[in-house]
Amino acid sequence: MALTREQLAQRVAQELQDGYYVNLGIGIPTLVANYIPKEIEVMLQSENGLLGMGQFPTEDEIDADLINAGKQTVTMATGASVFDSAESFAMIRGGHVDLTVLGAFEVDVNGNIASYMIPGKLIKGMGGAMDLVAGADNIIVTMTHASKHGVSKLLSNCTLPLTGKGCIKKVLTDLAYIEIKEGKFHLVERAPGVSVDEIIKLTEGELVIPNNVPEMKL
Amino acid sequence: MAGFDKVVSTYEEAMAGLEDGMTVISGGFGLCGIAENLINEIKRKGTKELTMVSNNCGVDDFGLGVLLQDRQIKKIVASYVGENAEFERQMMNGELEVELTPQGTLAEKMRAGGAGIPAFFTATGYGTPVADGKEEREIDGRMYILEHAIKGDFAIIKAWKADRYGNLVFRKTARNFNPMAATAGKITVVEVEEIVEPGELDPDQIHTPGIYVNRLILGTFEKRIEQRTVRTAQS
Repeated sequence: MALTREQLAQRVAQELQDGYYVNLGIGIPTLVANYIPKEIEVMLQSENGLLGMGQFPTEDEIDADLINAGKQTVTMATGASVFDSAESFAMIRGGHVDLTVLGAFEVDVNGNIASYMIPGKLIKGMGGAMDLVAGADNIIVTMTHASKHGVSKLLSNCTLPLTGKGCIKKVLTDLAYIEIKEGKFHLVERAPGVSVDEIIKLTEGELVIPNNVPEMKL
Repeated sequence: MAGFDKVVSTYEEAMAGLEDGMTVISGGFGLCGIAENLINEIKRKGTKELTMVSNNCGVDDFGLGVLLQDRQIKKIVASYVGENAEFERQMMNGELEVELTPQGTLAEKMRAGGAGIPAFFTATGYGTPVADGKEEREIDGRMYILEHAIKGDFAIIKAWKADRYGNLVFRKTARNFNPMAATAGKITVVEVEEIVEPGELDPDQIHTPGIYVNRLILGTFEKRIEQRTVRTAQS
């Protein structure tokens, strides 16, 4: 079975380490916050100028001056700090964020990522995504492995305008956990109940299959 | 106005001198920390052919979105514009020029503009459409692109508190682009929720010193929320 959005978030959460500063993109990455293991401390960075993002507010706690990068009302965790956008991107561009999780439309074997526009269809803008992929070393891309019509999103060459060049090393899809090195995808784990053949069929870029491909533990 | 007193009493005075074709830098992230009433004054004045520099462009009926209704904006420099149907229509029809700029690059362009730095190299956008036509350089084995600073004829800023000298304090994430934008305007206009006398703000707690501020006005704000998200008691 392909992973649900929640299961994708759970798997990403396994990559969190005690003391990590983490930036979570909009969509599936946001859900990762729900699965932070209780025994570790993680601080979430929101690129509009908040380090130490808390949970959503109660009706009484809503504050129009306190939002996250998705423009949702939020709260501040204990030990939070607020700052301006230049400071926020100094953290991101200066490589101070330990883990970045973001979504994508396409990823290719050279670590290129396309996530911000579909020419003629969808032009919303890159927001902070180009800064995040250029500035961070440890990035996990979360996405569906293929479109609803079965068209692979793991390609030999991205077809859409790029968000970043050669910057992605880890991709978690609803079918597999894949690492990118030396111009190839490497299959590391498969989603529970998903066969290696299914993953091969839906991966357009060159995929290296080791002898043993363990199932993800969730 | 006397000495360092920056306070003006009307919005007309606050935006006096804004003319067709000028560049206006705006603080704010989404609808958070935007100079609502200064934007409405630009709408009332009917100034046209404006270049707006702002992270976002508001929504259809609030924030910078209201300037789209009468086609007052010629060009916008922004990182994310996805919340606005009229925006999309004008962009698709070629009525509105859009320069998509990565968020960190946009913040740095404003900061550089205000700090007398004409341009800077950044890895952000290298190998993407953002790099088109820009100088590229390898530094210590990595590729960078040259991004130019931005300055505005005007900057429109929303702060929380100010003293009459224009020393500013922002509140929570309503700070966002405002401090950089404030440095990058030839005329920087600030609206605030409270104005106090000089000496009443703790100098250690001032985010933007008054030297960057030309005009200051006391406003009342709707502070519209774009995504009202709440948790229930058990979550």
